[in-house]
Amino acid sequence: MIRRCKIEVTVNGQKISTEVEPRRLLSDFLREDLGLTGTHVGCEHGVCGACTILFDGEAARSCLMFAVQINRHEIDTIEGLSDRGALTDLQASFTKHHALQCGFCTPGMLVVAYDLLRSHPAANIQDVKEGMSAAICRCTGYWNIIRAVLEVAAQARSDEAHRQ
Amino acid sequence: MKPASFDYLAPSTVGETLELLERYGEDGKILAGGQSLVPMLNFRLTKFGYLIDINNLAELSYVDEDRGVLRIGALTRHRTIENSNIVAKAAPLLATAAKWVAHPPVRTRGTVGGSLAHCDPAAEYPAVLLALDAKILLRNRTNARLIPADEFIKGVFETALEPQELLTEIQVPVADESQRFGFEEFARRPGDLAVMGIAACLTVRGQRITDARITAFGTEGGACRIIAAEAALVDADSLADGIEWASQAASAVPVQSDVHASAELRSRLASALTRRVLTRALSRRESFVS
Repeated sequence: MIRRCKIEVTVNGQKISTEVEPRRLLSDFLREDLGLTGTHVGCEHGVCGACTILFDGEAARSCLMFAVQINRHEIDTIEGLSDRGALTDLQASFTKHHALQCGFCTPGMLVVAYDLLRSHPAANIQDVKEGMSAAICRCTGYWNIIRAVLEVAAQARSDEAHRQ
Repeated sequence: MKPASFDYLAPSTVGETLELLERYGEDGKILAGGQSLVPMLNFRLTKFGYLIDINNLAELSYVDEDRGVLRIGALTRHRTIENSNIVAKAAPLLATAAKWVAHPPVRTRGTVGGSLAHCDPAAEYPAVLLALDAKILLRNRTNARLIPADEFIKGVFETALEPQELLTEIQVPVADESQRFGFEEFARRPGDLAVMGIAACLTVRGQRITDARITAFGTEGGACRIIAAEAALVDADSLADGIEWASQAASAVPVQSDVHASAELRSRLASALTRRVLTRALSRRESFVS
């Protein structure tokens, strides 16, 4: 008999206490137990990046973690990327540059881009190409995605220049 | 797919972990970063009665330098190694290799101990730790043993790790000024597993190479030293000859054809990357810059 496990987690700023079966993937926990279907599931082996979420503030694949492992940790999903309810600069830039076609990869792309710009706010084109390779777009709409991320990085560079 | 059912155990000390390993033997599996294990579970390529999650063992996450030895706790994440100033100075080859391990979201979770214990033939760390002549600390409930990377790495997904042992630490000799390092990898996309990769650790005295450790990954048998290339480099009368002979010797490393590349391409890559690694390593004034 498999023992269900109690977990206490913070998801998008909200404290949740529940029980999960150990084999429950974090991605399925978010989508099916919490109804947070913004996190998409593509390959279930960490390659496609569609399920990327923030684990204690850093991007991670939710299909490669078990829900039981997030006990006492913080998770942010695409639904929690903006705390104001309005689009973040990154999301607005994706809209402006039409950085999506079918939209399946978009939640993962945004989380990967968020993580990239957090560690490299003024990322150059090489950083962006390399960083965004952590998620796959099967529509192959990469250029618009790269442009969208670069514009936010360019804004950060110009803000930085103004401050100096 | 979804993993088969398992019981989840989350010990809070190394001692407790070793007791669990002793109790469950081969039906218990250590869950570290999970970046290779969870895909295998998801695909049901493997299953275990018990997963022993070591992510709560803060005592296994550290980077320390002490008396010429860099000690890295097995649970240290790739991201930490990539960004550590201590690693960058004491083991620049390892810091560079960490940037080549998969993508940032995978490096958030993946651990150095997990990667070594998994021993994927195309992974960076086994080859780099072989080149650095690193030592691996393994513990069971009653004993500890410290063994060289050469003895730890047995082949494709095979290591000297026993079912009741836990890999707890990696020890790397701290780089000194006489050493030069090189690392090159060819993959289809950034972050993909290597089609072929070469790492080197060279000791230079004047115009001579007095010691060379050159290793390959993405090969048929997994990470290995290319002994013939090392000997060619050390014996050569001139550096240019040495690099040429080592590069030729590297093309004989055992390789395989698969969906990613033909054996012929891999042989050519082994040779070309060896030439590039050695040329770049030996043209540097400082020990290593990537």
